[in-house]
Amino acid sequence: MPPEALRCKECKTEYPLDARYVCERCFGPLEVKYASRSGADADELKRRIQAGPHSIWRYADFLPVEHPSSALAAGWTPLIRADRLAAELGIGELWVKNDAANPTHSFKDRVVAVALARALELGFKTIACASTGNLANAVAAHAAAAGLESYVFIPSDLEEQKVLATGIYGTNMVAVRGNYDDVNRLCTELSGEHEWAFVNINMRPYYAEGSKTLAFEIAEQLGFQLPDRVVAPIASGSLFTKLARGFEEWLEAGLLEGSLPTFNGAQAEGCAPVAHAFRDGQDFCRPVKPETIAKSLAIGNPADGPYALDLARRSGGAIDAVSDDEIRDGIRLLAQTTGIFTETAGGVTTAVLRKLAQRGDIGPQERVVAVITGEGLKTLECARGTFEAWEIDPNANSFEQARERQLTTA
Amino acid sequence: MSVNVKIPTQLRAVTEGEAVAEVQGTTVAEVLEALYARFSELRPRIADEDGLRRFVNVYVGGEDIRFLDGLDTPVADGAEVTILPAVAGG
Repeated sequence: MPPEALRCKECKTEYPLDARYVCERCFGPLEVKYASRSGADADELKRRIQAGPHSIWRYADFLPVEHPSSALAAGWTPLIRADRLAAELGIGELWVKNDAANPTHSFKDRVVAVALARALELGFKTIACASTGNLANAVAAHAAAAGLESYVFIPSDLEEQKVLATGIYGTNMVAVRGNYDDVNRLCTELSGEHEWAFVNINMRPYYAEGSKTLAFEIAEQLGFQLPDRVVAPIASGSLFTKLARGFEEWLEAGLLEGSLPTFNGAQAEGCAPVAHAFRDGQDFCRPVKPETIAKSLAIGNPADGPYALDLARRSGGAIDAVSDDEIRDGIRLLAQTTGIFTETAGGVTTAVLRKLAQRGDIGPQERVVAVITGEGLKTLECARGTFEAWEIDPNANSFEQARERQLTTA
Repeated sequence: MSVNVKIPTQLRAVTEGEAVAEVQGTTVAEVLEALYARFSELRPRIADEDGLRRFVNVYVGGEDIRFLDGLDTPVADGAEVTILPAVAGG
């Protein structure tokens, strides 16, 4: 099932498998087209997967690269059964896919590993990206590991943790005075003028395929079974739609039985162009100026918005938005019921999960998977002021007094 | 009113390789019409009967025209109009 071509999602025009992302005829997005998988030997495919490395490359048969390897491994993150959170929310069966457990602590390691592998095959020496933070982190690290030069473009108001954790890799970090959509516009212009592999621009068809591995892992970790419902964050909508694509490819290949799960998208109220289009019954997104603590989701002009809307509707799901306070509560709820400390994007996902449960959208028998895409240490500000330490003198008496005070005020 | 329009690489096949085109117009709509008049193959690539295709972004001075007045957005003399694909990012 090798990749055959790049194909326009809108007008179906096909192009060779090189560094391009836009249809020249209609400006639609290009994606990778593979040879048909119907009639594939599912048992053989399963054997090949199970004999593969503990990384995204065990799914090489479903990825658009000829040499499936990377200097920095990505993927094969834990899928954790979250019984305490399920009980708290009144959900029958809940799993948390913890993608903070990647080399640079977000799901972006998956997409960068695929984009970089393809970029090397196409002969690029420099990789670059437009990023809300996590992607810059991943690009800088993977470039360092592979010995490539890198340029990462970020909004200048990004969280300090993300800036520091990116700069340490020795990348060329460009802090742009503007929001992510400004950064993206600038990089789209620059990508036409420099011979660089911009992972989420001219390499976007390959990059986006990396997100399918999250779906593959979820299914494999459930014993080659599908969940009934998936709750995942939406920024550009790429991850959200590629999760579905992953499940659909395995259904077509005979690795899974059943039907596509219900897809619930999660956005922050302060940047909810897709949730608002869903609410208003529109099939396109009106761009917004983001204003939210969930900076990793702060894309006001989401490229895959129309496809995310279509997926939520055809799978019987929805796209919801939550406030900054609900996001902070979501981070705390996940931490205190699962031991997983997530960044703001995971707070958005958890808060939307809670909203769905409260609204009665989730059936008692459903198997639900929440996709947690990043690490809480990258957005530490959100934890500040949510608790107090007991400061004491170093003796037992002082401790007992403090404990007494705590018990009386609690 | 003379305006510079930046043409993305994907469209230069129909603009005789030109990366910047100088045209006349006082609104985005007029500027685009002037471009279509000069480059006849350009219109079907980025426009349909309802206006601009949905994966086409147009900026005036770096601002998305959807935050301004859309195709009616006024364009000052010497302004820079940029056409870009909307499918990057994320």
